[in-house]
This record gives sequence, structure tokens and C-alpha cells, in this order.
Amino acid sequence: MNENINPNVHTETHTGHGGLHTDHHGHDHDGHHHHKQSFVSKYIFSQDHKTIAKQFLITGMLWAIVGGLFSVLFRLQLAYPDETFPILETFFGRWAKGGQIQPEFYYALITMHGTVLVFFVLTGGLSGTFANLLIPLQVGARDMASPFMNMLSYWFFFLASVVMFSSLFVQTGPAAGGWTSYPPLSALHEASIGSKAGMDMWIISMALFVVSSLLGGLNYIATILNMRTKGMSMTRMPLTMWAILFTAILGVLSFPVLLSGFILLLFDRNGGTSFYLSDIVVNGKILPNEGGSAILYQHLFWFLGHPEVYIIILPAMGLVSEVMSVNARKPIFGYMAMVGSLLAITILAFLVWAHHMFVSGLNPFLGSVFVLLTLLIAIPSAIKVFNWITTIWRGNIRFTPGMMFSIGFVSLFISGGLTGIWLGNSTLDIHLHDTYFVVAHFHIVMGVSAFFGMFAGVYHWFPKMFGRYLNNTLAYIHFWVTLAGAYLIFWPMHYQGLAGVPRRYLDFRLWSSFNHFTDLNKMITIVSIIVFATQLMFVFNFFYSIFKGRKVRSTNPWGSTTLEWTTPINPGHGNWPGEIPEVHRWAYDYAKDGRDFIPQTEPLNPGESKH
Amino acid sequence: MSTTWIFIALILGFVIIFQIAKASEYVSILKGEEKTRKENNRINAFLLLAFLIAGLFGVWYCNHRLSGKILGEAASNHGERIDNMLWITLAITGVVFLLTQIALFWFSFKYQEKEGRKAFYYPHNNKLELIWTVIPAITLTVLVGFGLYYWFQITGEAPKDAMEVEVTGKQFNWEFRYPGKDGTFGKRIYKEVNEAKSNPLGQIWDDAANHDDIYTTGEMHIVVNKPVKLIIGAKDVIHDVGLAHFRMKMDAVPGIPTTMWFTPKFTTRQMRDKYGPDFNYEISCDQMCGKGHFSMRGTIVVETQSEYNAWMATKQPQYLAAMEAMKGGAEKGAVPGNVKPVEAGAGAADSSATAGKPVAALTKH
Repeated sequence: MNENINPNVHTETHTGHGGLHTDHHGHDHDGHHHHKQSFVSKYIFSQDHKTIAKQFLITGMLWAIVGGLFSVLFRLQLAYPDETFPILETFFGRWAKGGQIQPEFYYALITMHGTVLVFFVLTGGLSGTFANLLIPLQVGARDMASPFMNMLSYWFFFLASVVMFSSLFVQTGPAAGGWTSYPPLSALHEASIGSKAGMDMWIISMALFVVSSLLGGLNYIATILNMRTKGMSMTRMPLTMWAILFTAILGVLSFPVLLSGFILLLFDRNGGTSFYLSDIVVNGKILPNEGGSAILYQHLFWFLGHPEVYIIILPAMGLVSEVMSVNARKPIFGYMAMVGSLLAITILAFLVWAHHMFVSGLNPFLGSVFVLLTLLIAIPSAIKVFNWITTIWRGNIRFTPGMMFSIGFVSLFISGGLTGIWLGNSTLDIHLHDTYFVVAHFHIVMGVSAFFGMFAGVYHWFPKMFGRYLNNTLAYIHFWVTLAGAYLIFWPMHYQGLAGVPRRYLDFRLWSSFNHFTDLNKMITIVSIIVFATQLMFVFNFFYSIFKGRKVRSTNPWGSTTLEWTTPINPGHGNWPGEIPEVHRWAYDYAKDGRDFIPQTEPLNPGESKH
Repeated sequence: MSTTWIFIALILGFVIIFQIAKASEYVSILKGEEKTRKENNRINAFLLLAFLIAGLFGVWYCNHRLSGKILGEAASNHGERIDNMLWITLAITGVVFLLTQIALFWFSFKYQEKEGRKAFYYPHNNKLELIWTVIPAITLTVLVGFGLYYWFQITGEAPKDAMEVEVTGKQFNWEFRYPGKDGTFGKRIYKEVNEAKSNPLGQIWDDAANHDDIYTTGEMHIVVNKPVKLIIGAKDVIHDVGLAHFRMKMDAVPGIPTTMWFTPKFTTRQMRDKYGPDFNYEISCDQMCGKGHFSMRGTIVVETQSEYNAWMATKQPQYLAAMEAMKGGAEKGAVPGNVKPVEAGAGAADSSATAGKPVAALTKH
């Protein structure tokens, strides 16, 4: 590996410094170092931020297929608990004995579905892709502050993926204690088959993931703060940059806490410590552990776990703000308020974690503090929604696929955000905690919404990534089926939650209180299969269009003001063949002074007002 | 076989859609890309409006179909408060939902790209932004106010006359203990747990308060209109006592006892008269606890005081069963005849000051 990258280290460092507008000479004929690149250093151990972005995106997409497939499998069980599917036994053997999903298998599926989608797709896949692709292009830099560290960030992510994927194949199966992996369930080998080897691999994989996330995050922060091109003051940056900056800060400050929680868990599992364990009799066996607290883990977990949902949603918000403004042909409304609300969300994100623990026996007074802080988050969120709506008001809207997904994002964010006001209120949480209401809430507000933000980003920046367009017809089908499907799947779940139907049950036939949703469960499963198939169609469109899509003929196909569209259609490593352009205005001069748009690189005209 | 057909149908459907999509791209090139783009714009703008209307209808229809399937009237005093809070929250968030969704989709439709339309350069308006910061702030203050008012009522101290029941969760069922005639729970320690010796809760038999404690599993009995305080714990992993009809819920954590209290309003019989003969107050485990999580079911029988007394009279203290088991064990010689476990004695002496407070003090040395 070293042989392959060493020749580049020098060049990359050189380009990196080139970004600091001190040394522009070396880049007048930028192609000069490209012919040296072997296949491996160009496509595999690449230090080009654009290639790394594609690696994150494609890895994330593969994970999304795996995670999505898991959800289809457990939805089959929920809809048809008494039917047999022999094909499942063919593929999964004893885990689906007699064609029926076994409880252990069901719990492994939901655990891996959550882990994969939250961390590997919506954190790694989303942040990793768009932070890497957009930061240097939009702030005007040749590459990241440390391209080598950036490459490491991807390969740690890859390693984490390999470990997590391997855990699916160990004899006792992968982790099965839910994506939150609460001890003692996750700490005791005897408590569940999913708490054996699979759990250790889960922890190791997550630790590697945290390393990847930190390496990436530090790089994002350093690049945004230090490597902006001349004239790119912080308040001239597109909102994508602000969103990614705050996301990275959240990650850097909260992931280490998660890691510490996991390490203690690893000790409790294998080292005989009692951080989380006390007074336990499991399977008739009396354990010696005393004095630990199972609740401690929940504090450590949710201290990341809650910021995590903002780590997922903030980049989506940034992407949507940008795509929306471009396609409404209007400046984003209330730029400073958008930045301020991102900041407010970032700060509050650290102060609300215990709202996941209202019924854990938490002191009610402490609970009340967390109610107040939690509901405060609704204020910046509301500001953002109102500002997005005002952005499209009196616009001249082009419904590109990216724009459609942005509108869908706002709709879903409203629907899912409002139920957050229900769950954040401890009084209601007593009844709704751990029911389908929670499932509906977080799938809409951070699952599907974040996916919509990601899709908006992929459709909008695909031309920049590959120099081609995605197929529009497939894109519109993708959008409409996914939006309608998301509402059909998750809207009725609120009612199941109000009926008290608990999460993580694979069969309701035992229960007289929860067994009357059979038809609904079937409907939801059928819709989710259709939606899943539509995502496969998107994946097909993606890979097909990389090679066969309609070619991009203009450097600025969307008529956008930002810097990434001043690069060539297929930019090489270093992004701009000549000097990095200088910036003279903010990123949102659309419809100003009778002009459709004014690129950031255009100097202010005499007498022209600033925004 | 049918799965094969489904796969074949899916693949065929996909091929057809893909061919149409590819053809439409060629058509758009023939027609002129700009013209196709504008056509797509009009179609999607119309669809957004149609989606709004269909969506609002869907919201109504979903409610129409499912509102009868959610739980009936709250069956506890706290449940009433929670339902009040639910209505207040629904009213406020419902209005916001309608206004913002309608604005979003209507503006999208109305301001679709049109020949000759110029977008309006409108980067900010401080007054407007102030308004929509202040209004949510006030609304949320109201919601926090109501929420905390109810929250402190629900989580406050249980009334002095509340009956107490100890609930213990284990993989995968529920165990209950009643304090017996003396009204006091005897001490217990997890290290004494021994199913073979008929001591599933680890009661310490040296403590006389234990001698009349009643142990049951699966079904809990409580008295209508009498406050009940549950003292909740777990043996192995975290469970959760979920009582949907009473709208109550509390985690059962090994090593850290929790409590909750409420006053049931209707007997099981009254509820059966209302909701049919199959009705049962069910205890669901609401915290993932392993492979049997979905089947960790208990029931609660709410009855009148006299019915409760009659039921209680049929129960024997666990002490007798344990003594029986010990005798049997001693006779067979299978269990060393250690009637006074050393550790238990030590534990009891340690925490004699906290007699009557079960679980908590005893488990920490």
C-alpha cells in the first residue's frame, strides 16, 4: 500500500498548500501529476476528496440495500406471522426454520437494520459523501486539509464495514440487542444468543467507525475553517458548509463519549468488570457483579445517540437549503437565521439526551429539565421550516428531481418534527415510549427525511460527480413512490403507537390489546416491499447513468452561484486547472437586480448592495 | 413457486419501466430538452398539488379507519391526565401541520416556473423572522407548562394509603410479591435466589417480615379506586412494566429499583362489559429483553376490595413453600442442610436500619 501512495503524498501536500492562494504557479497545467497515478492510487487508495466521496457513497448504498433488505424480511414476519416462506429457509437455514423467521433472527434483523442505517448509511454514507465532495469544491480548496487522513477515514469506515458484515456470518449470529445495545442484555453472553461473538464484533466495528468519523470530522472542520479561498468569508459560505461544519463539531465532541461507553461494555463482557452490572441472576446463574449501573450506559450512549440524530439530519438540511434555493431561483430566506438555528440545534443537541430515558427511573425533576430543553429545539426547527417555505414563496420553481426530494424533505421534516413535540413531553412519553409512535416519529424525521436530503444531494450533484445526468423519468418515479410510500408506511404507525403497541415485537397473536392491526400490518409490509424495489431501481439508475447517462454539456447545468460549478465538467485532482477563483459575494444572489443568478466569483458592481 | 413468479413479475416490471424511461430520454432529445423539461415541470407541479389533496384526504381516511382501534378511555387517574395532554398537543401540532403542509405544497404549485415570471429577491425580513421565533416560543411554553404540571402529579409521591406490590421482571415473565398481613415486605438479596429451594425472589427467611409475603407470577391483583404503588425491579436484564390501558410505563432495571403509582378506575369486569369478554389488562414488556421479549406478557386483575380479599385468602406465603422445599432437600440429602445461609444473615444485619424497604438497600453492601 505504501509504495502506491507514497509518490502521491508529496504531490497531495503540495496541492493542499496550493489551496492557500500562496502558490498558484504549479497548477497552470494541473494534469502533470495525473499520468503517474496507477489504478490503485486513483480509484482505491485515492486521496482525491471527490473519489473518497464516491467511495463513501457507494459503500453507503451497498449498506442501504443490506439494511433495507433486513427491514423487508422482518416486515414479512410482522405481516404474515403464521405463514411459511420456504425460500427463507433456503437462504437462512436454521434462522428461518420451516420458512418462519425465528425470534433470534428477527431480533438480529432489527438490530442490524438500525445499526446499518443509522451509522453506516446515514452517518458514513451521507456525511462522508457530501462533506468530502462539497467542502473543497464549495469553499474553494484543492483538497482537504489532510488528504491522507481523509483516505484513512474512508478505510477505517471500510474496515468497520468488513467487521460488521462478517458478524452476520458467525455461528451465533450478529448482535441482537437493538441498535442501542443496552446492557445487561448486551453485556451478558448468557442473556441472548445475539450477545455472544456477534456483540463483540459489533463493538469492535463501531469503535472503528468512531475512528473513521473522528478522522473525517477533524478534517472537515480544519478545511472549512482554514482553507477557504480568498474572499470566502464564513458568511459567504453556502449553507451546506455551515451544516457540515456543525455536523462535524457534533461528531467530534460526542463520538468519543460513545466510544468510552462501548469500551466499558467490552470490559464488562469479557473482563469481569461491573460498570453496568449489578445484582444479576441470569438463567438461574448468580453473577458476582455488584455496584454497577445499567443506566450509566444509557447516559453515555445517548450523549452521542441524541447528537447522532442531528449528525444525520443537519447535512440533509444543508443540502436541501442549497438545492431549494438554486431551483426556486431565489436566495435562501433568512440566511443568518438559518445559520443561527443550525448553531442553536448544535448546542441544544448536547443538552437533551435524557429525553430517551424518561421512564428509566430518572429523577422526575431532572426529567422536567430535559423536557424544557428538548422542546426548545422545536424553535430553531420551526424557524428553518418557515424559512424554507418562504424560500419557495414567489420563486420561479424548477422541479428537478433534486428539488422534488427537497420539497419532500420539508414535508417529512414537518410531519416527523411535530411528533417530536409529543415525545419530548415526558407526560406523553410515559404512554408513547417504546411504542410504534416512536418508530413512526424517528423514521419520518430522521430516517426518511435524511434519505430525502441525501437523494436531493445525489440528484443535484451527480453531474458534478460523474459528468452525466441520472435518468429523469426513473428519478420522478423514484420520488413519487418513495414519498407516498413513506407516508403510507409510517403515518398509520402513529395510531398503533397510540394503541400502546410495543416496538420490537415479532408476533402479536398472544396479546388481546395489540392483535387487531393484522390488515394494517399487511398493508405496511406490501408498501415497504414496493418502496424497497423502487430504491433498487434508483441504485440501478445510479450505476447505469455513471456509464450511460446523458452527458453534461455545460459546466453549470443548474445555473448555480457556487464555486463547484466553476470547475471543469470532470475536474481532476486539484479541482481547478488554473488558479482557485476568488469570491466576491455570498452564495445566494439569485434573482438579484433582474438577473437570474450572479456567480460568487463575480465582483460587486459599483453601487450594488450586499445581501 | 409463487415467490418465483413474484420475482419474475418484479423483474419484468422493472425492465418495462426502464425501457420507458430510456425511451422518454430519447423522445426528450427529439422534442427538444428545454420543452421536455417544461413539460415535466408542469406535470410535477400538478402532482404536488394532487399529492396535497390526496394526502389530506388520506389523513382523514386513516383517522376514520383507525381511530376506533386505539385504546379506549384511560383506565387510571394518571391516564386521564395523559389523555388531556394528548388532546392539547394534538390540537396545537395539528394546526401547525395543516398550515405548513398546505403552504409548502400550495406555494410549490403556485410558483412553478412560468414564462415571464421573475423570482422575487427576498433574502430576509427581520420582523417576519422575529414573529415566527416568538410564536413557537410561546406555544411551546404552553406545552411545557401543561406537560410539567401533569408530569409532577404523575411522578409525585404515592398517597400514604396506597397498596404496594413488588414487580420483578425476568426473562421472560413477571413475578409479583405482596407484603402480606403485616403490610411490610421482607428483605431480599439476589444471591439467595434459588428456584430449587422455592425462593425465586431471594427472600431472606431470617427476616420475619418475609414470613407472610405472598408470591405469585403471571397475574397481578389490585383493587379498584385504590392507589397502587408498584416497586419495580429486574433479575437479569432491563425490562419495562408497560400498562397501556392505564397509560403507565416504567423500566425494570437490575440493581436499581424504580417505582410508579396510579389509581385504577375500572374493574376488569367493567372493562369486559364495555369492550367485550376478551378484554384483559395486560402487562407488556416495553424494553427489549431478548428472544422472548414479544411474549413477556402478564395480566392485571382489577377487582373490588372484597374480591381481592377473597383471592388473597387463597394464597399461601412463599415461606411455607420454601420450608417445604428445604425439608424435602434435607431428607434427600441433595442440598446441604444449611437453613441459615451465612451471607444472607450478614446482608440482613448490614441493612437492618432499612427494614421494610425492599431490594434497594439490601443489594448494596
